[in-house]
Amino acid sequence: MQRKLLLGVEAIGEGAVDGGISGVYAYPGTPSTEITEHIQSNKLAIERNIHREWSANEKTAMEAALGMSYAGKRTLVCMKHVGLNVAADAFVNAGITGINGGMVITVADDPSMHSSQNEQDSRFYGKFAMIPILEPSNQQEAYDMTRFGFELSEKTGVPVMMRITTRLAHSRAGVVAAPPVEENELKLPSDPLQFVLLPAIARKRYSMLLDNQSVQLDLSEKSDYNKYVDGEDKSLGIIACGIAYNYLMENYPNGCPFPHIKISQYPAPASAIQKLEEECDEILVLEEGAPLLEELLGDYFGKGIRVNGRLSGSLPRAGELSPDIVAKSLGMPNIEGEAIPELMANRPPALCQGCGHQDMYVALNEALEVYGKGRVFSDIGCYTLGALPPYSSINTCVDMGASITMAKGASDAGLVPSVSVIGDSTFTHSGITGLLDAVNEKSSITVIISDNESVSMTGGQDSSAVGKIEDICKGVGVDPAHIHVLYPHKKNHQQMVDVIKEELAHDGVSVIIPRRECIQRAARIRRAARKN
Amino acid sequence: MKSDIILAGVGGQGILSIAAVIGAAALENDYHLKQAETHGMSQRGGAVQSHVRISDKQISSDLIPKGKADLILSVEPMESLRYLPFLSEEGYIVTNSTPFKNIPNYPEDEKIIEEIENKKNFVLIDADKLAKEVGNSRASNMVMLGAASPFIDIEYSKLEDGIRAIFAKKGDKVVDLNLKALRAGRDFAKVNK
Repeated sequence: MQRKLLLGVEAIGEGAVDGGISGVYAYPGTPSTEITEHIQSNKLAIERNIHREWSANEKTAMEAALGMSYAGKRTLVCMKHVGLNVAADAFVNAGITGINGGMVITVADDPSMHSSQNEQDSRFYGKFAMIPILEPSNQQEAYDMTRFGFELSEKTGVPVMMRITTRLAHSRAGVVAAPPVEENELKLPSDPLQFVLLPAIARKRYSMLLDNQSVQLDLSEKSDYNKYVDGEDKSLGIIACGIAYNYLMENYPNGCPFPHIKISQYPAPASAIQKLEEECDEILVLEEGAPLLEELLGDYFGKGIRVNGRLSGSLPRAGELSPDIVAKSLGMPNIEGEAIPELMANRPPALCQGCGHQDMYVALNEALEVYGKGRVFSDIGCYTLGALPPYSSINTCVDMGASITMAKGASDAGLVPSVSVIGDSTFTHSGITGLLDAVNEKSSITVIISDNESVSMTGGQDSSAVGKIEDICKGVGVDPAHIHVLYPHKKNHQQMVDVIKEELAHDGVSVIIPRRECIQRAARIRRAARKN
Repeated sequence: MKSDIILAGVGGQGILSIAAVIGAAALENDYHLKQAETHGMSQRGGAVQSHVRISDKQISSDLIPKGKADLILSVEPMESLRYLPFLSEEGYIVTNSTPFKNIPNYPEDEKIIEEIENKKNFVLIDADKLAKEVGNSRASNMVMLGAASPFIDIEYSKLEDGIRAIFAKKGDKVVDLNLKALRAGRDFAKVNK
């Protein structure tokens, strides 16, 4: 059997192509980005010419995927956990419309916030939308379960969530692939009103979704991806979800002495959990993320069997798990290893030397000197690193697009001038509608769209904003006299300061676009050109 | 057989090329392998690490438990100390001596070297210099892998095969250069461990 070394995310991409998708829809976001990138370079995906372009944001991705499913084809949609917040409207309602062609929604969570602004656990969303959730524990399962996900979706008639976390996403292992299946034929839904969520129809569809729960549970109970393993020592029963199972096994290389359940498919298998409760004195729940099952099983009044986990303090409430953390929760001796010497310095991420964002921040700081600190609202991207020294330029980073709308709100409150700093791709992702609000109300804000013509933090994917920003701003109604394109570079420093100062003084919406290609992307393109 | 290796460096230094060669060599040997990488924000000049686990048996965790790593292979001296809690008592530190200074408060070079030289098992190597000597400073990561090779439970010839597999697309010259770099690092470590 030929093994390929694949990251967890690559295994999902590979599994989706081999599982017969006709399209992937996604917006880049760590740790989910490489799923789509893998499909973009996959031989079969190219041969079949399946859809593999980036979407403007996660909501447009989710909706386009639902459209592909409507047309009877299989489709994969991928995002990071916070991307699901953006796509939540479409996501939740897709549970109610149901699917026609199989639809798998892969959401990559980032516990410990390695590259994120929070660490939400997407299983809550899956439960909320009442759809099946798959949570693979290793790369092979990531491949197999992606393929299985499409079958499960078509069997249950609803989308299936594939939930992974950073550690599996970005860890490599050998994966054995199976022969690919054909794509689905184009086929309209048998009920022409299935996707029409008018109240009368929505009520019917919702009731169908409620009835569907027992079907989902039944499949989960019978699933090979969930297993109950008996153990001799009944003083403890363990539930290990997703990759938490690996950490449990790491601590018991010769087999776990306690009865335990590995859960990789939800709704959680009720009868296995019931059995564990009956057989064991107490239960330990190992979950990568938030305490979803622990909360479900925990006894509110403290009269039943004891359930331990992140809420009880057996495991830390926040952050990703590790073999050491799990060992501690099992009462094993704590191995600390050798201490880190005191002389160590931290090495926080920083803007690359020569990056255009640097020149933009130096100019912005100088232009704002007369007004004082505390009036720069920023956004998600490399330029968020402008919060750190030596720039210390920005005061907010909340969610995609929030820079413009928060600057507007602060300006409404009287903080004039208010400045927004947003990237090109974040602007087209979620900034345009906020800019429209500001234009409609003639808000006094200065919007700096720091344009490096790339989605850079995630590795330089194509930005949907390229070549369109000025036209978008004009189209939304920004006065062309207050739209400026600059070349952010040391040699243009004075010009940049002057333009920013002038627009800070303008009572209305101004847009300044410092534009210089991401130096990492430029270098990559040069390298690729050399190769060819 | 098992080797638990922590690769360390700074985002942009290319530690993943080392991981790729080890991975190809492990696959060649039909070993199990898990290799956890750092992607995302830290790649912008932050501290990056990769846990590489090779075994002839099934590997459970993608992460190496504390006190269990057989080797810390670092392409930057200060970074070799960041993961000490993971090193086993008999484990080796193999590190490049050339610092990468992208922070204002980088400690004094001598103090870092002193810390490393206080460890039980270490190889301190000027990989940049050795790489230049064999023909290209960009091959320093393969010098580092060569220097670590005596402490990795994989036949040397399989690591060479790994280099051939990973660099094949770049042509024979690049393959040869990296093979030479690997050899230079290994020869140094054998004398200086």
